[in-house]
Amino acid sequence: MSSVPPKPSSARRPSGRAGAAAGTAFGESIIRLEALQKTYVLGEENIVRALDGVDLTIHAGSFVAIMGPSGSGKSTMLNILGCLDRPTAGRYFLGTEDVSRMSDDALSEVRGRRIGFIFQSYNLIAQLTVLENIQVPLFYRGQDIKTSRDRCVELAKLVGLGDRLTHRPSQLSGGQQQRVAIARSLVNDPLMILADEPTGNLDSKTGTEVLGLISRLNQDGKTIVLVTHDDKVAERAQRVVRMKDGRIDRDEQRAPNATAAPAR
Amino acid sequence: MIPYQFLITVRLGFKSLKLHKLRSALTMLGIIFGVCSVIAMLAIGEGASYEAQEAIKRLGSNNILIRSLKPPEQARQQGAGSRRGFQIKYGLTYDDAGRLLGTIPGVSRVLPMRIIRENVRFQRTEIPCQVIGTLPFYPEVAGATLVRGRFLAYYDEEHMENVCVITTGLARQLFPYQDPLNHAIKIATFYYRVIGIVQERSQPEQRSQAGKMEGQPLDNNVYIPLNTSRTRFGEILFRRSAGSFEAEEVQLHQVTVQMRDLASVETADPQIRTLLGRFHEDNDYEIIVPLQLLRQAEQTKRIFNIVLGSIAAISLLVGGIGIMNIMLATVTERTREIGIRRALGAKKADITMQFLVETVVLAVGGGLVGVAVGIITPVLVSHLTTMKTIVTLWSVLLAFGISGAVGVIFGLYPAKAAADLDPIEALRHE
Ligand SMILES: Nc1ncnc2c1ncn2[C@@H]1O[C@H](COP(=O)(O)OP(=O)(O)OP(=O)(O)O)[C@@H](O)[C@H]1O
Ligand SMILES: [Mg+2]
Repeated sequence: MSSVPPKPSSARRPSGRAGAAAGTAFGESIIRLEALQKTYVLGEENIVRALDGVDLTIHAGSFVAIMGPSGSGKSTMLNILGCLDRPTAGRYFLGTEDVSRMSDDALSEVRGRRIGFIFQSYNLIAQLTVLENIQVPLFYRGQDIKTSRDRCVELAKLVGLGDRLTHRPSQLSGGQQQRVAIARSLVNDPLMILADEPTGNLDSKTGTEVLGLISRLNQDGKTIVLVTHDDKVAERAQRVVRMKDGRIDRDEQRAPNATAAPAR
Repeated sequence: MIPYQFLITVRLGFKSLKLHKLRSALTMLGIIFGVCSVIAMLAIGEGASYEAQEAIKRLGSNNILIRSLKPPEQARQQGAGSRRGFQIKYGLTYDDAGRLLGTIPGVSRVLPMRIIRENVRFQRTEIPCQVIGTLPFYPEVAGATLVRGRFLAYYDEEHMENVCVITTGLARQLFPYQDPLNHAIKIATFYYRVIGIVQERSQPEQRSQAGKMEGQPLDNNVYIPLNTSRTRFGEILFRRSAGSFEAEEVQLHQVTVQMRDLASVETADPQIRTLLGRFHEDNDYEIIVPLQLLRQAEQTKRIFNIVLGSIAAISLLVGGIGIMNIMLATVTERTREIGIRRALGAKKADITMQFLVETVVLAVGGGLVGVAVGIITPVLVSHLTTMKTIVTLWSVLLAFGISGAVGVIFGLYPAKAAADLDPIEALRHE
């Protein structure tokens, strides 16, 4: 059922930063799900199979959109991909490691070092400033925040918030908050970025802007897995995985040039 | 956790607490009261027991004091017929003093004293005093120190000399401009030459009687030879009280028995009781054993400390529960934040630390304020009342330490609850 991975011409992309940083060569599979299941036992007769045997391989540097009706298990899968949740059965290889049986602390470590999250509801910490929000993942890596300040400021500038460093999330618009979240997801130089309906709370114009930012990250070599209901959003991806009832229904490849990437 | 990260966590704790200033302040209040009460109560207790112990020590722990007491009312009524102008005889005798010295083992000295209230005059100054007839070794037994001149000598005793030694306080009042030595002061109808000045180890029992009730300053004592007192004043003393007068025959008002060591003080006490009991039908004397009083005072202090400690501990407990309550609410309120932090790489231990630090900051902050208030309160108390207070370092450290411990103990559960939240559930929390 799973597709043959596309072999994108490495010439089209600059050096895959994410892949290189995590020791994964560009184009290699960084995510491999094998017969992944997630079941919620709510009562004796009431068992929800949120994921019912998913096999999926995602390659470094790709941009994958996950679509499907509500309740089809998209978020559940993304949470497992993000090591926030553990599968009931099946295996999940991140790079070469099987993370499905890792300890809680090890999973925290993986989240902090290899994964960047972008949520539908931004999820910034209210009492921290823009700059401090961007620094949070570094804090849990035990890095001295002062030495990485420049980098965080640079990221803020990258998402167009260089002049809002000391603002609180409540003083920002939704689009601006989501940009902060994007900057935060990048600060660890993660292996991949997981986004669950990142434009779901935004109007179409702001959504497009945010999406443009995300596609640009992909062009710079980041692997992106994005859950969406919006076909326009999915158009940006090279691959659309459609889910239904906890299974992969269709797995569509698009022509590499279908990505609305401006010539670089 | 590296120190740098710890500092950031502490700063974060402050930040989060500042977000809800009133709530944080109210939560701290419990700890403030607790810590303050620990320090203040211990300071008051310490001061009270210090005063008591000092007072007792002043009596001399090697000493046993026996004082003449006017027997109870009924005995007096029997002893004399009429209500007006009767004469009673009571108290210690010269024979008693002799027997005490002769029969009680371990006695080193027996100091008899006759204490008579009389006005003392020099030129136009007249001051109410205690005229104490006693023997030359009074300073050694009672712990008075000679400031000038000399104390009474055996020569004075044998020759019933009209000489006296006065206390420093009296000297200051009677002789504001002159050197008191060799001046003659008038007591009742006779003149006495001042031969020395002593500094008293003040006696609180007399303070409460003479000092407060009759407005007589504590330190106004005149010492004259015992024999002189006996002959000049006689054995029968008249005293006017409330229109009627009464005559008392008292040989000795007080006998201080000095023991050779502390051990013999305890054995001598019952022996003295039996000895005196044989010669006194009425209960016309009291025995004061400073050493026993000291022991009692220490025991009382111990109980006092336990009671105060329990009260303070309870208030700290209540404060701790208050903190725990608020922290649990905070954790619920910040579930989302916890989820975010977990998603961004925070381990359970990081979350535990974050909330624990926040609780400890609350508790220790309250502790610091409590220490400040707790140090000020006793100072105020001793200013406003006559109570003596002593703030001891250990009570401050204890109270502060407890506040920290309260933070850790009552913070642990909320922090653990926060850390044990499922990251996804937490993220989904509204
Ligand atoms: N904690 C849970 N307990 C019980 N059932 C759950 C839990 N989480 C998810 N489910 C169930 O798993 C299924 C998949 O949920 P999921 O959130 O992955 O859907 P989704 O595809 O993200 O839907 P949407 O597009 O509406 O976000 C749903 O039927 C849901 O009810
Ligand atoms: Mg969803």
